[in-house]
Amino acid sequence: MKEPLRRAILLFALLATVTGVAYPLAVTLIAGAVFPFQAHGSLVTGDDGRIIGSVLIGQNFTAPFYFQGRPSATPLTAYNASHSGGSNLGPTNPVLLEQVTGRVQALREAGVAGLIPADLVMTSGSGLDPHISLDAALVQVPAVAKARGLPKDEVRALVMAEAVDSPFVGTYVNVLSLNRALDRMEGEDA
Amino acid sequence: MDAAAAALFLLLVTGAALLLSSYIHRVFSGGVSAGLPGAIERTVYRFIGTTPEEEEGWRGYTRDLLIFNGIGFVVLFALLLLQGALPLNPGGVGAFDPLTAVNAAVSFVTNTNWQVYSGEVSASYLSQMAGFTVQNFLSAATGICIAIAVMRGLTSQSTDRIGNFWVDMTRSVLYILLPLALTAALLLASQGVIQNLDASVTAGPQTIAMGPVASQEAIKLLGTNGGGFFAANSAHPYENPTAISNLIEAFLILLVPAALPFVFGRMTGAMRQGWAIYAVMLTIYVAAFGGLYAAELAGNPLMGELGVSGISMEGKEVRFGLLGTALFATSTTATSCGAVDAMHDSLTPLGGMVPMLLILLGEVVFGGVGSGFYTVTGFVVVAVFIAGLMIGRTPEFLGKKIEAAEMQMAVVTVLVPGVLVLLLSGITLALPWAMGNPGPHGLSEVVYAFASMSNNNGSAFAGLDATGPFYVIAGALAMAVGRFAPAIAMLVLAGSMAEKKAIPPGPGTLSTASPAFVAWTTLIILLVGGLTFFPLLAMGPVAEYLLMVGGV
Repeated sequence: MKEPLRRAILLFALLATVTGVAYPLAVTLIAGAVFPFQAHGSLVTGDDGRIIGSVLIGQNFTAPFYFQGRPSATPLTAYNASHSGGSNLGPTNPVLLEQVTGRVQALREAGVAGLIPADLVMTSGSGLDPHISLDAALVQVPAVAKARGLPKDEVRALVMAEAVDSPFVGTYVNVLSLNRALDRMEGEDA
Repeated sequence: MDAAAAALFLLLVTGAALLLSSYIHRVFSGGVSAGLPGAIERTVYRFIGTTPEEEEGWRGYTRDLLIFNGIGFVVLFALLLLQGALPLNPGGVGAFDPLTAVNAAVSFVTNTNWQVYSGEVSASYLSQMAGFTVQNFLSAATGICIAIAVMRGLTSQSTDRIGNFWVDMTRSVLYILLPLALTAALLLASQGVIQNLDASVTAGPQTIAMGPVASQEAIKLLGTNGGGFFAANSAHPYENPTAISNLIEAFLILLVPAALPFVFGRMTGAMRQGWAIYAVMLTIYVAAFGGLYAAELAGNPLMGELGVSGISMEGKEVRFGLLGTALFATSTTATSCGAVDAMHDSLTPLGGMVPMLLILLGEVVFGGVGSGFYTVTGFVVVAVFIAGLMIGRTPEFLGKKIEAAEMQMAVVTVLVPGVLVLLLSGITLALPWAMGNPGPHGLSEVVYAFASMSNNNGSAFAGLDATGPFYVIAGALAMAVGRFAPAIAMLVLAGSMAEKKAIPPGPGTLSTASPAFVAWTTLIILLVGGLTFFPLLAMGPVAEYLLMVGGV
């Protein structure tokens, strides 16, 4: 019993050092050197040099002159990027039906007409989904254009310019990029 | 279109698994132990005081394996209790409470990665790296060791030895998992998976959690571990940023478990034996994928009534699409990985039944790294035995007679997880506070929890609050017994098969590589799983489906 225990302790110490220290540090060094932008979170900075957020992490846009992202079920606050998670509501849970009904109603009040794309009224798995489907952006065009006092066609063209077509996934838009583009466009107009 | 893409995906997995199997076979026959790697390997053996020639019987092999895993448990448990006072803790998180630490340590040592904590909230970078990542390697390597020992037992002749655990462990980590993980981690980092030791980043009202994610992500998938760095697991954009990273991740989950049947084929000298087992797995995988995809495509009619269009998006990410989500969900539950890129709890009733069923079948559809192979071998032995009884011949596998001793071990392997699920779900449901979501879905959540823990998957219908002491203790028990009872049983079986002498096949020998045998084994797997769990599935997901299409 003593000999196997000795071997187990030695081998564990060795393999734990290799896989738990050397390996993650090696990946940190290499990834940091080769993919520094990605390794540190794909962060974007504004004109003043301050970090605005991450391309990959959605934000909670609520102002009427911005496109909304997906509803978020992260704990404490929507789009809580230090505690991710989904609602885990089952498909027939009355709470889910109530929530979706409420979100549909809110969109209707904001002037969104027609069928509403599911991603705009159902929470994402991470609660941090940075994207919405192209349809979910397009249905918001009239309301956002009105809030900004911009022609609908111009806003619509901006959405189409920001849209990414991903094979086997569909066409979607990064909400942060879209809203930044919107701010830039208005800056140029003014 | 999506069907063609899924077929292409599986073709790539199969091709890669074939290539990898040739390499793994060489690793365990000492074929790569030359040059510099060989010198390093021999230094390790001198350091711990063993040689590859020093082989052991099943008792010694099992003893070494249990001691090694025991040390892994103690160290991880201690690390989680002490993390508050240790370095690499920029978030300043405190100690795990002792019960949660026991649960988490058992969970990672048993390759389950059931998580009753939220990674970014409760674990320091040191715990993630030197604790969870280490066990992600070692628990997967333990699975490979057992699988290889079982293969040796089945294929060797008249010996009482099944291998040297220390050598198998060293080779599994250094030659197989480490190079694969390093490559995969960098590939994922190129897509946007983060890898840093930075503190959280503040951007306006948002505080963004950081950490050494890519290194853990890679082995989490390759080792079919599944424990997320973040609470949202592979749905989190920093764990799985793009549609491409999503497919890479689904591929990594399947890679090693898919290679092991072919390693077996190579060891028997007849690749057809490996193809037969692979075919059983692939058949069930394809059916499951089709079912999940179709159910999610049909969507949730209750949403349509509210003026909402498209498939149900609750718990899903836009960037993966239906195909990516369905491939990931199928792969992670067909194997015992348990990582998720969408919240399984929010899938449609029948869509959610597929992952549950794949887990309940015993994690044999590719299954866990190593555990998938040895568990399906248990089913193969049962299938051989029943077929032998039906055609009135002595049941034999690879020319060796299957007798009472082997059958007992195979039955333990096949039945222990199922018994655990039924027993623990039954006890739990008698308690007043068992359920999360209401109605039939609440039943599904409890069954899914114990299925996941007993079969070492680790995914959840996470609406269930499993953080109370009952679930934490019952869960730790389910994970430990569900892992080690079948593992030990299969090592006993390997030991007794190793002592037998293979008889050359005669005209009456039942072929274990024929299409008929593939169909037969598939049927046995579905029959055992189906008969055990049909009532629960009927009362859970099927009842919920009927309610949904009936308009609540």
